[in-house]
Amino acid sequence: MTGFVKRLFSESTLIPVVSILIGLILGAVIMLAGHYNPFLAYGSLFAKAFGDMYNFGETIRQITPYIFTGLAVAFAFRTGLFNIGAEGQFIMGAVAAACVGVLLDAPWFLHVPLALAASALAGGLWGSIVGYLKAARGVHEVITTIMLNWIALHAANYIVRTALLEKGMARSKYIQESAWLSSPGLSELFDHARIHYGVLIALALSVLFYYVLWKTRQGYELRAVGFNPDASEYAGINVKSTFVKTMFISGLFAGVGGACEVMGVFHYQTINAAFPGYGLMGIAVALIGRNTAVGVVLGAVLIGVLTYGASGMKFGAGVPEELIHVVIALVIFFVAAGGMVELLIRRFRKKNGTVH
Amino acid sequence: MPNEFAVEMKGIAKRFPGIVANDDIHLQVRKGEIHALLGENGAGKTTLMNILFGLYQPDEGEIRIHGQTVKITDPKKAIDLGIGMIHQHFMLVEPYTVLQNIILGAEPRRGVMISYKKALARIGELSDKYGLHVDPHRTIREISVGMQQRVEILKTLYRGADILIFDEPTAVLTPQEIQELMAIMRKLADEGKTIILITHKLKEIMAIADRVTIIRRGRVVDSLPVRDTTAEELAAKMVGRNVSFVIEKKEAQPGETILEIDNLTAFDDRGCQALRGLSLEVRSGEILGIAGVEGNGQRELIEVLTGLRKASSGEIRLRGRAVQNESPRRIAEAKVGYIPEDRQKRGLVLDFCVGENLVLKNYYAPPFCKRGLLRYDEIFGHAAGLIGEYDIRTPDEKTPARALSGGNQQKVIVAREVACEPDLLIATQPTRGLDVGAIEFIHRKLIEQRDKGKAVLLYSLELDEILNLSDRIAVMYEGRIVGILDPRKTNEQEIGLLMSGGHKGEREETA
Ligand SMILES: Nc1ncnc2c1ncn2[C@@H]1O[C@H](COP(=O)(O)OP(=O)(O)OP(=O)(O)O)[C@@H](O)[C@H]1O
Ligand SMILES: [Mg+2]
Repeated sequence: MTGFVKRLFSESTLIPVVSILIGLILGAVIMLAGHYNPFLAYGSLFAKAFGDMYNFGETIRQITPYIFTGLAVAFAFRTGLFNIGAEGQFIMGAVAAACVGVLLDAPWFLHVPLALAASALAGGLWGSIVGYLKAARGVHEVITTIMLNWIALHAANYIVRTALLEKGMARSKYIQESAWLSSPGLSELFDHARIHYGVLIALALSVLFYYVLWKTRQGYELRAVGFNPDASEYAGINVKSTFVKTMFISGLFAGVGGACEVMGVFHYQTINAAFPGYGLMGIAVALIGRNTAVGVVLGAVLIGVLTYGASGMKFGAGVPEELIHVVIALVIFFVAAGGMVELLIRRFRKKNGTVH
Repeated sequence: MPNEFAVEMKGIAKRFPGIVANDDIHLQVRKGEIHALLGENGAGKTTLMNILFGLYQPDEGEIRIHGQTVKITDPKKAIDLGIGMIHQHFMLVEPYTVLQNIILGAEPRRGVMISYKKALARIGELSDKYGLHVDPHRTIREISVGMQQRVEILKTLYRGADILIFDEPTAVLTPQEIQELMAIMRKLADEGKTIILITHKLKEIMAIADRVTIIRRGRVVDSLPVRDTTAEELAAKMVGRNVSFVIEKKEAQPGETILEIDNLTAFDDRGCQALRGLSLEVRSGEILGIAGVEGNGQRELIEVLTGLRKASSGEIRLRGRAVQNESPRRIAEAKVGYIPEDRQKRGLVLDFCVGENLVLKNYYAPPFCKRGLLRYDEIFGHAAGLIGEYDIRTPDEKTPARALSGGNQQKVIVAREVACEPDLLIATQPTRGLDVGAIEFIHRKLIEQRDKGKAVLLYSLELDEILNLSDRIAVMYEGRIVGILDPRKTNEQEIGLLMSGGHKGEREETA
């Protein structure tokens, strides 16, 4: 119990929390400067996000993909890789699920797992290209992931257009109902919100994330490589294949996330003109969550609530939705600049004479 | 005289979770003296100096600099007070040049531009005054460790330091470089700089220090002028018992050949040929020492042997099986243990806990891992055993390796590699940074391995260590073995001559 309390006040938990608070306060200052009422604004944000069952369900729907992409980014981070490509892996997963969902006829107990497996494979392979290029050619992952994001975007559009297109629409045909992750019961409970079983998959994968990282041989290896590749090489760990494996698992997380959007929310895949943005937001989620499983889930909740509640702010307090993005950006900024916040906390503690 | 002491630390206490690193420490350093700090691994020397340099805040105690009570809140404050620290692990920006590193954060400016000219002139002045010659335009990557250390010293002098702290400066240096550093330190002291020197090498203290303060388990045991004491007395005060400097060992009983190296060639990082047809044999039940001036291919030889570098030709056989260019894992599995030279770069994952580090070589095998799952109860049980056996000073096995003192980090590596009971143990600088008591212990461990019929390949820059431990000495020069010597029939002069490429040819075969 005291251990838990200590943990609660340890720097690694305090820093993100304080950063978030600073972000929100600065956001309030900006609102004040724009002659908006920050209390009303934040109030209506939370009212929107949690006010009724429907919106609560929709908030959870919003949070779900962030968990997936957050896990993807955090996992790669643990091996010292900066995966900006969750976006592309997410898209590849989505289109794979769309293909299986549209083109295949199967009973649900086969169809759903098959679609999920296809998306995991697609996302994973898309990620391992990055790992492979890094291992074999030494190309930096930031460059390859960014390029692969674009390739994924256009490749997915091409696939939808040529193989899955609904005539006259900028999207694919509907996937078979047997491949749906939506549940009428669950939806009913939340007043017809588009909440779906994907959130359970996301939570399950968070547990898997923790388990793989801390309990398995693979996790030991990838953490070792992330901390010190030279010592890992000395220890006999195959650093290069660790890159590939890590990126496969990382991409898998994002890919399944993409599938859940298709199978749970839309039931089709649109032709995207721009990135849906879940992958990039995953970087923020991982940062806020400090690359831990629990942290990622909490980070996803935060970002999900803020983005979904933004429209509430607009209606409730007349604050432009853009401003909420500024607030999110501020939060991310302060989390990323953790060193700064750390200093602040230390100062504060010293003044109060607390010994750590 | 109120200003007699450059540094006074009074009643300093510093506690870390589970450990009291400094416990009521008093330290007085006179102006212009070289003051040695001596103490066991983990005694709290580095912690005390980190406090003086503002990296840690003491929990209790007072610091006076030149008689003034000060609060050193951070290194910047320390620098303002004229304190400089040369850390054991250098803090240089590798892709930058020497010049850029020296002025980093203290750039002389003309408007918004950095005035390199001014900086160069000032550095030139300092180099001449103290004999610290470096090429300011080379990058840190390109220069030797000894040179990098000079850069660190120049960095502190450039910031106007008149109190210099050296934390185990000689641990990473070659004997030649040590001589040069000693001369530099002497010069600095003669010019009125105050020097605090942490070292485990009693010889160095006897040779250069004016005064020595001995710390044991966070407390000061004694502080006395060096001329009133002897190395033996210092060692005894430090570890609390008599330490034997002579290594007792039985006659070696060499058996079958474990390692055979045949005509090995390999390139170094810059693509120059580092090994030029090297041949060597190591038998079971013997310690073979490799002597040589740094940079004659020793590092490359060891990297090739352990699978970390590719051989371009030649053969390496372990018990008759060719293993050249196999992976480090395969070679380790052929029962080769390896204590690497650079403990923080190769030997440890500093952010892993002690327990995890102690299984770095066999975490994937039972009993530590079953069906892909790690068994932490086994891992920590194993760690607890080794921590006891090797006297690794750590609060527990779950402490990150980063929190251990330098010497205790080294003990973790040695414990891990010896515990695997390898047929061939490659030990490079195995006692770097260890206190005399720990050195004695490690030496006994190496001899114990030998007596168990294992083969030990020892590489050390310290000729004493090679001479005392080895049963045969192989001298390396320009990528070849130029002579095999019997340590009982040779001396430093003969080895030195061979090491510098002196008289080649004549090889003595031992029985
Ligand atoms: N940052 C830290 N966190 C926790 N414990 C620490 C930390 N730094 C040092 N310690 C502990 O304090 C003790 C003193 O360490 P210190 O590094 O001062 O030893 P030392 O005398 O320099 O030893 P060595 O000769 O091995 O370098 C050690 O037991 C070490 O584990
Ligand atoms: Mg130390």
